Parts: sequence; C-alpha cells; structure tokens
Amino acid sequence: MVLTGAEIVIRCLQEEKVEHVFGYPGGAVLFIYDALFQQEQVRHVLVRHEQAAVHAADGYARSTQKVGVALVTSGPGATNAVTGIATAFCDSIPMVIISGQVPTAAIGQDAFQEVDTVGITRPCVKHNFLVKDVRDIAVTMKKAFYLAKSGRPGPVLVDIPKDVSMHRCEFEYPKEISMRSYNPVVKGHQGQIRKAVQLLLEAKRPMIYTGGGVVLADAAESLTRLTRLLGCPITNTLMGLGGYPASDRQYLGMPGMHGTFEANMAMQYSDVLLAVGARFDDRVIGSPEHFAEEPRKIIHIDIDPSSISKRVRVDIPIVGDVREVLDEMIRQIESGEARPDREALAAWWKQVEAWRARECMVFKNSDDIIKPQFVIQKLWEVTGGEAIVTSDVGQHQMWAAQYYRFDQPRRWLNSGGLGTMGVGLPYAMGAKLANPDRQVACVTGEGSIQMNIQELSTCRQFRLPIKVCLLNNGYLGMVRQWQELFHGGRYSESYMDSLPDFAALARAYGHVGIRVDKPADVEGALREAFTTHKDELVFLDFQVDPTENVYPMVQGGKGLTEMILSAEDL
Amino acid sequence: MRHVISLLIENESGALSRVSGLFSARGYNIESLTVAPTEDASMSRMTIVTTGSDEIIEQITKQLNKLVEVVKVVDISEAAHIERELLLAKVRATGKDREEIKRTADIFRARIIDVTDVSYVIELTGNQAKLDAFLDALDPALILETVRSGICGIGRGDRILKL
Repeated sequence: MVLTGAEIVIRCLQEEKVEHVFGYPGGAVLFIYDALFQQEQVRHVLVRHEQAAVHAADGYARSTQKVGVALVTSGPGATNAVTGIATAFCDSIPMVIISGQVPTAAIGQDAFQEVDTVGITRPCVKHNFLVKDVRDIAVTMKKAFYLAKSGRPGPVLVDIPKDVSMHRCEFEYPKEISMRSYNPVVKGHQGQIRKAVQLLLEAKRPMIYTGGGVVLADAAESLTRLTRLLGCPITNTLMGLGGYPASDRQYLGMPGMHGTFEANMAMQYSDVLLAVGARFDDRVIGSPEHFAEEPRKIIHIDIDPSSISKRVRVDIPIVGDVREVLDEMIRQIESGEARPDREALAAWWKQVEAWRARECMVFKNSDDIIKPQFVIQKLWEVTGGEAIVTSDVGQHQMWAAQYYRFDQPRRWLNSGGLGTMGVGLPYAMGAKLANPDRQVACVTGEGSIQMNIQELSTCRQFRLPIKVCLLNNGYLGMVRQWQELFHGGRYSESYMDSLPDFAALARAYGHVGIRVDKPADVEGALREAFTTHKDELVFLDFQVDPTENVYPMVQGGKGLTEMILSAEDL
Repeated sequence: MRHVISLLIENESGALSRVSGLFSARGYNIESLTVAPTEDASMSRMTIVTTGSDEIIEQITKQLNKLVEVVKVVDISEAAHIERELLLAKVRATGKDREEIKRTADIFRARIIDVTDVSYVIELTGNQAKLDAFLDALDPALILETVRSGICGIGRGDRILKL
C-alpha cells in the first residue's frame, strides 16, 4: 500500500498498539497531524506546552509497561520537549518522541523554526534518528520502539523533515528488527549468580538495596519472593518505591539523603549488600569514600554494565535483566540445600530493630497548623494506599516518598534523576489516561505546580479527575531548608510572594478548588475530593507549616550514617 | 595511563559526534581520534588515544559499548599492538639546509614528497615518539607547517578486531 510519510508514521504507531499520543501541532508536523485526524485508533492528547507532552507520555509509560509517545513540531516544539526528554532519560523511561523538522532542502539554512534537534537531544536520549527518506520511516520507527523498551530503557527521538512526511512510498512494517551493534544482555551469567547466591546464604548481615530497575523490569514479585527466602532487611530507593511492599516488616524504608536511620545504618553496616537495578547514586550513598570505609561484599545486578563499578567497587557484578536474574537466584536457592544462617540473621535483626526503635519518621503534629507529613498520611488513609501518586520536586516530594507507603510498583511517579520541577501534573495526566479506574493524586508544591499549571486546561478538555494536593508553604521549601541549615538563614529568593489563590484559579479552569487551613479539615477535604468530586479534578490547596523541614537528612557530601535525625540534632 | 581504544561503529551521519560528545560530556580526555570507513563501507573504524585510571578506562569502554551504533570496542593497548601516525611537515629548504634536511629525512626513513626551490614537504610515519624525535631533529626555524594524523592502531598476531 502506498502511503505518505505522515500516514506511515501513524500506521507505525497503530502497529505498536499505541493508544495515546501527547503532543502539540505546528508547521513541520502538519502532515502528521492531518494523518492523525483521519483515523481513530490513536488518540491525541493536546497539551498546553510541549514540555508537558513529553512528561505526560513519560508518566503514561511509568504507570504502565508501555512505551510513551509524544509528538512535537520543529524548533521551539523540540526545544520545549528537551526537559521532558532529559527527565525520562535520567530515569530510563521507555519513550518515543517524534519531532517535525524543516524540509530537508532547508536544513542548515537557518530556516524558520529550525534547530538541530538531533544534535540538541543527543546527550539526553538513548538514541535518535533524522529520517531523510520516506522509505526509512517504517524501519526507523520499528527501531525506535525496540530501542526504547529493550535493554536499559530510555527515550528515543525520531526527527522527520516536513517533506519526508509528505512524500509517498510503499508501506510495510517490519515484523522483527535486529541491529548488529545493539544486543542487550538478558540472561545473567550462571557462574556469577551461583557465587552471589552462595555469598548471600553465608552472609551474617545481608541487606538488599533496590532501585528503579526493579520497577522497570516488572520484577517486584520476584524481588519479594527472594527477599522472603533470604529473610533479610530491604530498602527501596526513591525510584524503586513499591518494588517491595512498604508495609512489610522486612522493609526498612527509603535509604539516602532523606532516608530512614535504619535503612542507612543497615546499608552501611551490612556484610553482604545485594544491589538490584540501582546505581549507588550520590543521593543514596552520600560520600562514596565514607561508604567504602566499611568492609562489605557487594553484589550488583543491572542490565547496564556501565552502571556497575561506576561509583562503588563491586565484588560480584551480574549483567542481565533484573527479573531473569532474580528468578534464577530463587531457582538456585530453592533447588539447593543451603539456607540462610538463622542465628546470624536473628542477631542482625536485633540490631536493625534497635535502629528502627529510634523512630526517625515520627513528627510533631499540631492542632493549629497543618503539618505536610500529616497531609500525606491522611492521603494514604483516604486512598487506602492504592492510589497512583505523582510528585514534583522538593520537600513535598520527600514527604510523599516517606509517608505514603507504596506496596505496589508503578504507583509512585517522580523525577528522581533529573529532579525536574513541573512533572507532577503532566505525570498525573499520563497516569490517569493509562489507568482510568485508579485514583491518581498529584502531590506538589506551589513552586513546582506553577511550572506546568497551564495543564489544568488540558485536564479540563480531557476530563481527567486528578486530585492535586498542594502542600503550600509559600517557600521553595527545599531551597529554604538548605539556606536555613547551610547558608546562615539567608533566604535568598526562596520566598514566593504574590501567589495566586490556587482554589480560585482551579475554578477558573473549570475544576473544583478547595483551600484547607486547619488540620481538622484535612481528612474531610480529602474525602470530599475522592468521593463527592470523584469524577472531577479537585485542587486542594493545603496551607502547611512554612517552617517544617524534611528529616532525617544526610548533608550533601557527608557519609550515609552522618545523619541529622530531627531539628533537635542541629 | 595512556590507552589506545579501537572501535567499529556504524557508518552513519552523527556517529562521530556521538563518540566525541560522550568524551566531552563525561569529562574524559581525547589525545587523538582518527576515523575512516573500513573495507566494509557500512562501518567505520576509530582509534582513540586517551588517558585515565583503570576505573576511568573501564567506564570509557562501557560507555562506548552502550552507544547504539558502536559495534565493537577493544582496548588494543592491553596487549601487544602496533601504533602508527602520519606526519606531513613543510619546511623551508634553501641553500645548505636542503642537503641537511634531506640527510635527516633519510635517517628517519622519511620521504620528501613535494619540492619547490624554497621548500620540501616531508612524509613520515611511525609511532608518536619517532615523529616527535624527527621534529626535534629539525631546526625549529625551518618548520613552516606540520600536520599529524593521530594514531592508527592494530593488535599484533591473531588479535583481530572484526565483525
């Protein structure tokens, strides 16, 4: 069948079973939008800013196993998309971004709305393509989807000049694709796995530390089985929350800069540390030198060899798909004779429980002023711990991660790597479209929400009943916290004056807006949002304590165990 | 430590900038980088001379392997190998200098490949040290212009980098 390049693009999306595309039209993608208009299988979600298109597609991908798709025009469309692409890249999210480009003859002529999109995005994509011939579109799209979801996932950009989308050729979608230069390892090395299992079974103080890789590989069930078999404590990083049920006794909470005392102590003083789909990030282990001071053996499972021994020397590296490797470990343990050392484990748990008894997550509640942690606790109660929670970046993000106990993967969506403010609302849009029957809450701050607040309009157009929980403290809270602790209380530009009346603003967009000032009203407002206004977007503006800080805290560059547990430690 | 990394990469536009971009983005050194298509025109071969600790070199090879278009990466300096670089030097050659330069070129087994009544262009291949030594042997005042190709490298014996 002879089709135009634009029609081929859409046919490829259909072949890949894409249901939603997030985008914004413009000159260079007019043919593609025309082809989109003439079919019904792929639904387009018109955002209000290209950054949000990419974030929404990213949130869509995070909350499912699917590849998120965004469509933007050339020039400013592409540059606006860059923050979204970099955000997805840092967290290894499978996405395909289609960008329009000026006609091939105009490339390099400084044409209207021309930028070197492939050049600009090169450092923040898994791979990108400029399609110069209509006959290459189908195979390029096939490659893009394959690259995005295989191996260590990531965003792939396909740049299509306007004339290429207009030209015609025979369409045939390749059934399979193979690239001689790209062969990600799936199965882990048997010998390495055997060594790892032996080490874990002989360990006196074993500890499991897992990251976003477990979520991306859909390995949560396997991880839970292995953790129960080993009987040892486990921690999930910010990106890995929900990889293991947070309400389970073996779970110690999140590690790292704002992690729990028990998780950080157990990371530091374990004798065998099993790292799964995690990368010993600076926000997780603090100073690598301090971390390396304690002797311990490290087993590291990751699909990406370059993540292994990057920041921390590893004793047993295992490259492979996390789920495949975990399943093989389970198989070897179950078919073998050896079992974990019960006595050693009992002693280790005694130590861990002593750390846990410090109750580092307890906060002083108040009857007069709303504590942000209290809002998250109530959100957890009201949603039965079952909601998909998205967040932006800052204090509210940490409180959401600390106090909403995620028992399932793909329920917690945040920008962990790049730390992009403004992702929360578009993530919620993507998640709600992908999971229409699930409650979706966006926990945000008054700084972050304003970075993509225009998307309230998109939410209205597509009737997305998201519950926005704004923890409004009038400050760029995390900046203010660092200024308070490390910059002599000089609050340089961290106070935001002239904030809008958010509840009224939400109403102006056609949504429900509720302002909450008193602790006694928090639960009622949340219940109202999730029941009375179940099918509407509700914007809850919680006026929270502006002086509250996130604890525990490991100061940047300090060791993992050099923690400030509460304001009293200062 | 100095390392010589050879790699095969798909001969696609932008491939070179993916490699050079990787080095600049991650703060790795490039002492020299050469690239040209192989006998299979769909692939190019690159030789990169870099320096770094063992950990950094390990990361460099892993990161290069991670590039989607990179087919194979080998640190050829890990074992016996040969390095060659090409030097073209334009020198002022007048009067008694003409004979002296010719003699020096002969000692280094260099060839004079362009002659005018006032200048020579000399071609010399060898490892970096040999090229340095040749330039040192010339009177700096006579050197008008030089260009070096950067290192090409290949493993000795049965060490073969091929698809």
